[in-house]
Amino acid sequence: MTRLTPNDLSALRDQLRAAEAKTFVSVGMSTCGIAAGATPVFKTLQELVAARNLPGVVVRQVGCAGMCSREPLVEVRVPGQPSVMYGNVNPELAEKIIESHLSGGVPVEECRIPSLEEMAVFPGDPEPDSVNRPLQTRIVMRNCGLINPDSMEEYIARDGYQALAKVVSGMSQDDVVSELEKSGLRGRGGAGFPTFMKWKFTKASKGDTHYIICNGDEGDPGAYMDRGILEADPHSVLEGLIIGGYVIGAEKGIFYIRAEYPLAVERIEKAIKQARAAGLLGKNILGTEFSFDCEVRLGAGAFVCGEETALIASVEGRRGTPRSRPPYPSQKGLWDKPTMINNVETLANVAQIILRGGDWFAKVGEGKSKGTKVFAVTGKVKYAGLMEIPMGTKLRDIVMKDGGGTSTGKPLKAIQTGGPAGGLIPESLLDTPVTYENLQQLGSMMGSGGMIVMDETDDAVELARFYLGFCVDESCGKCAPCRLGGRQMLTLLNKIADGKGTKADLEEVKKLARAMRTASLCGLGQAAPNPVMSALRYFEDEFTKRLVG
Amino acid sequence: MAEQTLVDDIAIISKRWKNKEGSLIMALHDLQSRFGYIPRDAALELARQMEIPLARIYEVITFYHLFKLEPPGKHVVSVCMGTACYMKGGEKLLEKAKETLGIEPGETTPDGEFHLQVARCLGCCGLAPVVTINEELLAKVRAEDLENHLSACKGKEEGKGDAS
Repeated sequence: MTRLTPNDLSALRDQLRAAEAKTFVSVGMSTCGIAAGATPVFKTLQELVAARNLPGVVVRQVGCAGMCSREPLVEVRVPGQPSVMYGNVNPELAEKIIESHLSGGVPVEECRIPSLEEMAVFPGDPEPDSVNRPLQTRIVMRNCGLINPDSMEEYIARDGYQALAKVVSGMSQDDVVSELEKSGLRGRGGAGFPTFMKWKFTKASKGDTHYIICNGDEGDPGAYMDRGILEADPHSVLEGLIIGGYVIGAEKGIFYIRAEYPLAVERIEKAIKQARAAGLLGKNILGTEFSFDCEVRLGAGAFVCGEETALIASVEGRRGTPRSRPPYPSQKGLWDKPTMINNVETLANVAQIILRGGDWFAKVGEGKSKGTKVFAVTGKVKYAGLMEIPMGTKLRDIVMKDGGGTSTGKPLKAIQTGGPAGGLIPESLLDTPVTYENLQQLGSMMGSGGMIVMDETDDAVELARFYLGFCVDESCGKCAPCRLGGRQMLTLLNKIADGKGTKADLEEVKKLARAMRTASLCGLGQAAPNPVMSALRYFEDEFTKRLVG
Repeated sequence: MAEQTLVDDIAIISKRWKNKEGSLIMALHDLQSRFGYIPRDAALELARQMEIPLARIYEVITFYHLFKLEPPGKHVVSVCMGTACYMKGGEKLLEKAKETLGIEPGETTPDGEFHLQVARCLGCCGLAPVVTINEELLAKVRAEDLENHLSACKGKEEGKGDAS
């Protein structure tokens, strides 16, 4: 591809859109889809379309649409008709889809599931009436499952890189920051720090070089939205990173991604190469003075590396141990230079905020929590998957509507949000609207957006023990409260769980929790007692009934 | 392994990463995907060629879970123990794998066929419980199927250590 200018980009978009007047048969081919058997389905569809000589029908791979429990997914999109989605497709059903739907025009009802348009509102859609409004709003996941992640052209056809063009050809760095401020976007990786402040602080820090890092070290067990986004729409994250680089005056960006996510790494590397060839990355981006490039660095299996200072140490090729702050990374980060670290999901929001304005974004959400959050809803839920939910939605609606209730048919007991740093929310409190503040008040947290559904047979003590065990394993060992406190707490919790603990042991657990929260060096140790303390808050009887004496 | 091959293998890795700041972890990933683990003589050679103290290399290897100091066996079996998998029977799968292979997590069978390990969330929670055998991810695995998957691997020559 030749190097583009902003005008070329718009012309290319229009040209690509015109070429899209075809029938698309799309197969979800992210890690989940492939594991569920999408490859033979894809092959069957390709062979049959070729054999039947169906003109204008294109079989293609797309990224994850988020309906993980219903993979393999096949979507049929005929121009001028609403799209039809099929779930749990096998090669036999794929043949039926070709025979009945594509050759005969009759959809195959036996494996039909709600389409993406029925499940979610997309940016630019007319606002639906409140009664028929789908639960999801897809801003971050606007392209997930709808484009081929290996094709930059398909991203460009859906307004890809238009935000970058707008930024480099007429917005000052302060303009971008002020748009972000209006949007109310907050960090989606856990703590919910206002994104505009991070950008503003790093931009204001003096230094000859600045760095921007995309944090793709998604270590929370039970959360996989970052993998989903990177695999399904890598260019949207890359575009956010480039805009971030422009604003803080960085010449270099880094994607730090878990080594456990090989497909995400492969797709982002491909996206980087494509963007570079098109002049969207590298020297003189879109024909302007702005130059910026980036590379991928892999994690190596250490949960603590999601913490900013530990992540920086790891990018520098060292043991991923955190250090005390200040100085904050925005002052002294990678190689002691001002560094801005944003989560994958945060960056994927940026382009839409620039294109449609901060005010548009701020209309979605509630209170100080604006926009949407992608949740990975898993555990004992009927339809596990990634769901992008407007902030302010009731927790119960997430589990019961798009989640379809419990998978076992047994009554819902609680949900767990925030992973190893979060906590339980009992069924009785599920009418709470989801915001950063509300979750914190309930003793949990937003975290990266894991949401584990528990039915009445699940044991709160066991889950608390599971999470604490995780944090003990993952403690880097640098500070004593986390290294020793966690271990001691786990010993006591094991004793209690096995029916050998005393009342004094339980008091000791609470004391240790207070010490760890107050004295640990980083978020891992400070938050490690949360799952235990929240289990105690709502399900103390499950602990006390196990005590002896 | 022959001395010269080792030097040449490491030269490829060293050439790729030596002049890039902070790239030791990336070099170690390359090294491990070449050998399946980090052999001591390879670590020594990497230290020499990249001009990094050996102690620095070992301090990094031993910090990160993914780096292995022992040959992992031909087939690497990872049982996911992320939250979703844990709740949906991951523990039973681990028990089954331990029983079938006769080893504990982190160990390799005496015949060198299988290495068993626990994974902390592979990000496929919608398909829980999951297990990977080498690069292949198995979804919604039942304990009785695991045995079949394992016996199907035996004798096959596709372990990570032999890749490339």
